[in-house]
Amino acid sequence: MTTAFDTTGLERCIHCGLCLEACPTYKITQLETESPRGRLHLMGAIADRRIDLSRSDATVLHLDRCLACRACEAVCPSGVPYGRLIEETRAAVAQARGISPLGQLLLWSVSRPWVLGAMNAVLSISERTGLRRLARRFLSPRLRRLDALAPPVGRPQYRPVQVESPRSSVALLLGCVMRASYGDVHTATARVLAHFGVEVVETPDQACCGALHAHAGNKEEAIRLAKRNVAAFERADVILVNAAGCGAHLKSYAHLLEDRPNWAARATALASRVRDVSEFLETIAGDETFGELAMRVTYQDPCHLAHAQGIRAEPRALLSRVRGLELVEMANADVCCGSAGFYNLAQPDYADRLLEPKIDAILATRPDAVVTGNPGCMLQLAAGLRSRGREGIPVLHLVEVLDRALETR
Amino acid sequence: MRRLVEICGDENVFWRAEDLLVWEYDAGFDRRPPSAVVLPGTTEEVADVVRAAHAEGASIVPRGAGTGLSGGTIACADAIVVSTARLRRIISIDRVARIAVVEPGVPNLAVTAAARDVGLFFAPDPASQRISTIGGNVATNAGGPHALRYGSMTNHVLGVELVLPTGECVRFGGEVADLPGYDCVPFIVGSEGTVGIITKVWLRLLPLPEDVRTFVAVFADIEHGARAASAIIASGVVPAAMEMLDRVTIGALNAAFEVHLPADAGSLLLVEVEGLREETADWATSIERILRKNGATNVRSAETAAERELLWKARKLGYAALARIRPNNYLHDAVVPRTKMPDVLREVNAIAERYGYVIANMFHIGDGNLHPVLLFDARSQPIDRVMEASAEILKVAIDAGGALSGEHGIGLEKNHFMFWVFGPEDLDAQRRGREAFDPDGTMNPGKVFPGGDACADIPTERTKRALAEGMWV
Ligand SMILES: Cc1cc2nc3c(=O)[nH]c(=O)nc-3n(C[C@H](O)[C@H](O)[C@H](O)COP(=O)(O)OP(=O)(O)OC[C@H]3O[C@@H](n4cnc5c(N)ncnc54)[C@H](O)[C@@H]3O)c2cc1C
Ligand code: SF4
Ligand code: SF4
Repeated sequence: MTTAFDTTGLERCIHCGLCLEACPTYKITQLETESPRGRLHLMGAIADRRIDLSRSDATVLHLDRCLACRACEAVCPSGVPYGRLIEETRAAVAQARGISPLGQLLLWSVSRPWVLGAMNAVLSISERTGLRRLARRFLSPRLRRLDALAPPVGRPQYRPVQVESPRSSVALLLGCVMRASYGDVHTATARVLAHFGVEVVETPDQACCGALHAHAGNKEEAIRLAKRNVAAFERADVILVNAAGCGAHLKSYAHLLEDRPNWAARATALASRVRDVSEFLETIAGDETFGELAMRVTYQDPCHLAHAQGIRAEPRALLSRVRGLELVEMANADVCCGSAGFYNLAQPDYADRLLEPKIDAILATRPDAVVTGNPGCMLQLAAGLRSRGREGIPVLHLVEVLDRALETR
Repeated sequence: MRRLVEICGDENVFWRAEDLLVWEYDAGFDRRPPSAVVLPGTTEEVADVVRAAHAEGASIVPRGAGTGLSGGTIACADAIVVSTARLRRIISIDRVARIAVVEPGVPNLAVTAAARDVGLFFAPDPASQRISTIGGNVATNAGGPHALRYGSMTNHVLGVELVLPTGECVRFGGEVADLPGYDCVPFIVGSEGTVGIITKVWLRLLPLPEDVRTFVAVFADIEHGARAASAIIASGVVPAAMEMLDRVTIGALNAAFEVHLPADAGSLLLVEVEGLREETADWATSIERILRKNGATNVRSAETAAERELLWKARKLGYAALARIRPNNYLHDAVVPRTKMPDVLREVNAIAERYGYVIANMFHIGDGNLHPVLLFDARSQPIDRVMEASAEILKVAIDAGGALSGEHGIGLEKNHFMFWVFGPEDLDAQRRGREAFDPDGTMNPGKVFPGGDACADIPTERTKRALAEGMWV
């Protein structure tokens, strides 16, 4: 049985093909089956019951290979809401076929901070005792990949920063992976904000944003998490996000909760107050420069910043405010690196084929560091650089660069 | 099937029914899945595939990027689709001889970019250039805004390599012009995949123009804009491009891109001149004067390259932006004598109104190539009625002494209308020309020529045939 799902916007696809060249998976395969136009057509065929989801492994594979990077949506002149459609379709797939056990385990853990925290602790102990290195030798290739892409251990926890007589305040989404593994990026964010007299107020009830759940088709859990955050952030004037994927997802809460009577209006209100950290800093920074940092960097556009939120200029403008910093654009900076949630675990072959040219493009700019704005991208790029023996090139979050530059003032 | 896999490899052959669905469409209206899809990686593989199919009596449909608007790549008669997606190499660019040699699957824009890198210019610029392939451009004799000055694809193809429907690989033309014997190249350009699969193309490159100037002129209505366009041509200046946009289109472009076109304009003319700096300065002055004299309420010139690019991006992607107004559209491609244009446009608008469709116009006014677009919603407005209105529009254009298609080709869309413009003898001669290449009629059957039954199982095809035969009195 094929499940009915919401196809609003699909009818707008006129099959013009203008999105094809923007699509990373089409670029590497040249196959219509791996193109946005093809996938949209398959969605239509599922909705029209020409394809039976429970039986067609091939169709599900083409849909699974989509990165949900939304590059196609950003260039589609018709305004086909691809990101929303692939989420709806994946929910239908999940309903018809269930989510893979590995996917379920990962989803289960990310929405539970204590699980991530515990994993982090275990990994960090085994890292220090050398147990992890030993274990790696016995892992299956799949698990070894999981291990290579596991979030870093041992980075410091988030430490709130005090601001005397703040001029305004914001709430900060702590997230799942970011909270467990990139606490120091949060601290850097808070320090940069403090420099401008902006204080981060605590929002204790917040949860994982639910983006990964929505992308994987677990709509129910995504809605549960969305509701929790809508309630938790209700009083904040600005909800600041430093993980592009989470920011894009918070901004889409309005759609996720649109048919829940008590929530729709609140979700819309919340979504309109969400800002990516670069978007926000660029508006408050005025003419100020960020101190000095003699460094040659290249910038990777996170898909969910560039394509989903249309934020490309702001991070670059901020980098240009750092004296001595040289930004060298890599080729195809806004093409997905293959991280895309669990993609690198679920579609290892495609993820590698996407990562290869990305690393080539990065190395061609001979950078001292790579800058980006999303934890998934940071992990994937770091893994890619490591696989080429170039772990000497660090992958930094934009706010880390700004924070370091400010230290020199 | 096994043979196809042997030739091209497992991963380059598709046969599952649910996979074939993504090759059942192009950017037009007809739909029909092929029986298989193969993606050969070399000319030899193309020839082997064609030979294997021919031995089995199977038909073949060549396919580029599938941006065609006239159903040229739709697989009638259970044909096998041969995709050029893997033939994507730019083989060479000769800066001195100004020739590019490319494989058919290379996107048009890739050639433009590669030529620019060595200081040269590839002129054909169909609005689909980001994605449509050179093979598809050759096969449809594609035009584009700049065809006004530089001509359509046929003026830029020096030679082609072709795998014939029987599997032989032949070559016509090449680096050297004026080869003795029949010049088959112009016959192959525009043949819409009915005489063989193009596997290599020699393209003419031009020097980059020294200077480019772009103007946007605002008019109260279409008629004033059309009059100004005629006056520019009459003055002897040949703009590189001259495009007209009407009010509906302007609204859609403003919604889709940050172009900020004047929303209250009745029509806009986009005029571009290219050439040596002294020339363009002269032309610019006279064009501006003519525009104003003919009722332009405002003339603005693009100050920066970025501004010009944005204008062209909006124009070129504009067709797809129309889906913001109504989800479905039917795009026409008739050419009419420039003097008849205002009358034809008036009649076309009247037809749209009678049938209850929104109409948008965005077209190459310089060559009289109209692109009226009927906007509708297929969920509530049946496609049969749209096709009926379209047939009426075609008739108006033909009655005015026009042609069926300016650049999108005949394909499956207008094949049954061919006898509206060609007599039986003309069509017969054309058929014989085709048969010389494709004696068994296995290469892209059912296309271009009227009458045949190869595609009769496609409902839209039956409707169009009934209209063509019923309306012609
Ligand atoms: C948004 C949009 C804008 C467009 N703008 C223009 C425009 O400005 N000007 C214009 O002229 N057209 C335009 N078109 C139409 C279309 O892009 C052109 O017809 C283009 O040349 C088709 O190229 P393709 O690679 O997509 O070919 P396809 O659609 O794949 O095929 C078109 C025809 O060519 C044949 N063919 C393809 N490759 C080969 C080959 N290697 N050998 C033999 N036959 C082959 C096919 O069998 C078919 O008959 C536009 C289309 C869209 C969607
Ligand atoms: S998604 Fe948009 S750009 Fe892609 S084929 Fe459909 S209408 Fe064209
Ligand atoms: S979301 Fe990304 S990967 Fe998926 S179809 Fe669109 S461009 Fe391709």
